[in-house]
Amino acid sequence: MNPFSSGTRLRDMIRAIRSCKTAAEERAVVRKECAAIRAAISENDQDYRHRNLAKLMFIHMLGYPTHFGQMECLKLIASSGFPEKRIGYLGLMLLLDERQEVLMLVTNSLKQDLNHSNQYIIGLALCALGNICSAEMARDLAPEVERLLQFRDPNIRKKAALCSIRIIKKVPDLAENFINPAASLLREKHHGVLITGIQLCTDLCKVSSEALEYFREKCTEGLVKTLKDMANSPYAPEYDIAGITDPFLHIRLLKLLRILGQGDADASDCMNDILAQVATKIESNKNAGNAILYECVGTIMSIEDNGGLRVLAINILGRFLSNRDNNIRYVALNMLMKAITVDAQAVQRHRATILECVKDSDASIRKKALDLVYLLVNESNVKPLTKELIEYLEASDQEFKGVLTAKICSLVEKFSPEKIWYIDQMLKVLSEAGNFVKDEVWHALIVVISNASDLHGYSVRALYRAFQTSAEQETLVRVAVWCIGEYGDMLVNNVGMLDIEEPITVTESDAVDALEVSIKRHNSDLTTKAMALIALLKLSSRFPSCSERIKDIILQNKRSFVLELQQRSIEFNCILQKHQNIRSALVERMPVLDEATFSGRRAGSLPTSVSTSTGTARNLPNGIAKPAAAPVADLLDLSSDDAPAPSSSGGDFLQDLLGVDLSPASAPPGTSQPPKAGTDVLLDLLSIGTSPPAQSSSPASNILSSIQDDKASLANLNGLASLTSLSPNATSASPAPMMDLLDGFGPSPQKKEENGPAYPSLVAYESSTLRMTFNISKQPGNPQTTLIQAIFTNLSPNVYNDFLFQAAVPKFLQLHLDPASSNTLPASGNGSITQSMKVTNSQHGKKSLVMRIRIAYKINNKDVLEEGQVSNFPRDL
Amino acid sequence: MIHFVLLISRQGKVRLTKWYSAYSQKERTKVIRELSGLILTRGPKLCNFVEWRGLRVVYKRYASLYFCMCIDEDDNELEILEIIHHYVEVLDRYFGSVCELDLIYNFHKAYFILDELLIAGELQEPSKRTVARLVAAQDSLVETAKEQTSSITNIIAQAANV
Repeated sequence: MNPFSSGTRLRDMIRAIRSCKTAAEERAVVRKECAAIRAAISENDQDYRHRNLAKLMFIHMLGYPTHFGQMECLKLIASSGFPEKRIGYLGLMLLLDERQEVLMLVTNSLKQDLNHSNQYIIGLALCALGNICSAEMARDLAPEVERLLQFRDPNIRKKAALCSIRIIKKVPDLAENFINPAASLLREKHHGVLITGIQLCTDLCKVSSEALEYFREKCTEGLVKTLKDMANSPYAPEYDIAGITDPFLHIRLLKLLRILGQGDADASDCMNDILAQVATKIESNKNAGNAILYECVGTIMSIEDNGGLRVLAINILGRFLSNRDNNIRYVALNMLMKAITVDAQAVQRHRATILECVKDSDASIRKKALDLVYLLVNESNVKPLTKELIEYLEASDQEFKGVLTAKICSLVEKFSPEKIWYIDQMLKVLSEAGNFVKDEVWHALIVVISNASDLHGYSVRALYRAFQTSAEQETLVRVAVWCIGEYGDMLVNNVGMLDIEEPITVTESDAVDALEVSIKRHNSDLTTKAMALIALLKLSSRFPSCSERIKDIILQNKRSFVLELQQRSIEFNCILQKHQNIRSALVERMPVLDEATFSGRRAGSLPTSVSTSTGTARNLPNGIAKPAAAPVADLLDLSSDDAPAPSSSGGDFLQDLLGVDLSPASAPPGTSQPPKAGTDVLLDLLSIGTSPPAQSSSPASNILSSIQDDKASLANLNGLASLTSLSPNATSASPAPMMDLLDGFGPSPQKKEENGPAYPSLVAYESSTLRMTFNISKQPGNPQTTLIQAIFTNLSPNVYNDFLFQAAVPKFLQLHLDPASSNTLPASGNGSITQSMKVTNSQHGKKSLVMRIRIAYKINNKDVLEEGQVSNFPRDL
Repeated sequence: MIHFVLLISRQGKVRLTKWYSAYSQKERTKVIRELSGLILTRGPKLCNFVEWRGLRVVYKRYASLYFCMCIDEDDNELEILEIIHHYVEVLDRYFGSVCELDLIYNFHKAYFILDELLIAGELQEPSKRTVARLVAAQDSLVETAKEQTSSITNIIAQAANV
């Protein structure tokens, strides 16, 4: 006998593992046990097989690999005794899942056990089949299970019913075989059989409309009667839970009735009375009762309309909602979410209570309630609801703030009745939870502010105020910085004062202070700092009195470790010192950002920059309305907006923003200024400004050209260069001057490949008896894949039978071999066999194809084998 | 449908896992890790439901053990609580005031009982007495088989001695 396997008992092993003080100790014990079990397995030890498997199951539960024990399960299942089978099936369900090939091997044993004379063994097999069977097994064993639905012992019938559920879920085609036997289960008295039968019918209805029709017609009345009997049944101790007879059966009946009643007025009518009775009679002081009521409400809400019942249901939910038990409130919110599509008005009545649930201490309830509030908001109640939510934002805990903020922002955007309200609410959110606001949300706010020309002054002043109190909210700072840069003069001069505003005195140096604070704060991130830098440049022309100070602040960033800031600061300094004449034109206010394009892009309808540009082209009027000097200023802003892109996760949106600014700028024909002659730096910066001569072509080519031109200085834009490849048509569409700019952008090499180059056929292999020729071709548009047609020619005077060609390729290649045209090769080149294959080269361009081949055939029933290597493929495959 | 049943101790040790939907070994470990992080940290008075990957996990704590069942969005959460309780009551009846140690040393028994309660992620038997009777009947089958083998071994041993 094996010296290991007689070792520890299961109990001892568990004890040994539990007494381990460290994970390493535990691993050591497990390793030792596993070694012993492996030894026992390899010796095919029978006496302790089931004990070993039990140990393995425990080890498996601890998370150690136990695949080596899988075959042991099969052996135990195949043995004759009940104890072995019991453990074997348990191991099978525990150690294997339906996706493992090993499982197929058990099909035969299962079939035998399903026909066993011992009903407990049949039970084991049904249980295993129901829990882990795969589609193939389901197909193979369905007839057995179907037969067992009529087995004499009810405990087998109920197991067979649940097993059938798994089968029809795996193979819905089999559903029709189960309809009749399932229907007969509905007449059973045994509760186990009844609830499993009802469950089977429910699942049949889900996979087959035929079944649904059948049960609706034949069984609705019977089910209603069963439910009625249940509801009126006297005390039954065996099934009683909290004074209710078998709540499980109640719930399953209600569930099936829901499916039968949905979309069918007659069936719904038939069940009205009993639903009303259940809804009114069931006690709601225990969980079991509430579970039934909850199911009942769900059924009432789903079946065809009956006003009275609906009222009853909504009232139950109202009662649930004010219940002190969190579980009950949770399910009430859950159900109200479904009810809202049926009867929004009734749900609105509970608005106040729902709003209270948003403030609950339980995260699950809060989230559910918030989802529900989100659905409840409409144009008429958006103001009070948003007010409540924003007030709560202050008190909510950190992890909830993210979700809450996202929901508020989305509500405010969706339903805002007027712009000023939108700006106000967003400001509140930004000051309260700015750090949770997503990039696209504050970008949207900037777009809206930019579009509300009468609110520019108001917005910048409000932002300035908020900035003073909530400077720790990053996104608030960004929006404030942007607005101060754009509308700084309005901040100082109180331009466009609204009646509701309190007057505020801000000096020019106060405004610069704010920017300086945000640029110097160590916890500002790169985006904020870069935005502040641009804003400073803009203010330098708006506040002449502060220009010296601004220059100092900008200069300080010359030593920044961040390349982006350093470079900007040098460039801006250059503008301030040497190019006073163009400065004011350069830092003009940005043109109005186009809302339609922005929202379109947010919705994801215009994902790439290429389509962006075409999108903006449609919205040209917006750009044309701008003053002549605008383009230049825009372009600068373009770089400003883009500056943070490398660090920010919302980078691609920023690039989008830039697309918005840019295209209107270059588009208006004749309005753009002639490019100024400038120094190198300026040329770089303004290189986009030089492109307006090309306005006649598509805006896309504008972007391309500028990118090509200033690759030296606008390093950050280089990321965009990749876009160029997306629009090869721009290359051809652009007029002559553009060609220069695009020089070095090479004629696209893909074009060549698209034509599908021709390759000469090559003799891949030749021996004295056999020749193999390859005809090579490429699929257009798929350079990685090579199509090869192999042609075999017999050079000997003998016929080759059972001809078989095999090929192997290294890992970076993928080979797909089609069947050969024949397996007989006539003698002396009097015919040939062709076989095509497809090779995909994952290292296309780096490595060339290579292949090992083996050709087997028979001459006069004698095996011949030829082997070789093909390495003379053309290089660029 | 119940997608899986988990029993996790307060320390995060797995005491029982039963998967009715297909999860690979890797996914199973991940699921267990994720859910124990989610559930064990929840306070005592909160509701017993957690939303997770578009599904819902219903859990209930009994002494040091968390019984968790993962269900579809449109299943009845309150009923699952009843099913959990149903299972606990059957365990209690079987072991005689069950405790965590019973389930550790007799984990296979806990599985056998669960298999009489649920198949394919659906409830099989609403009567606790029937479940107990079926498990007991199968246990006695095992006992008889054991006695038979031991008596055979005895006979062989005696024969060898003689």
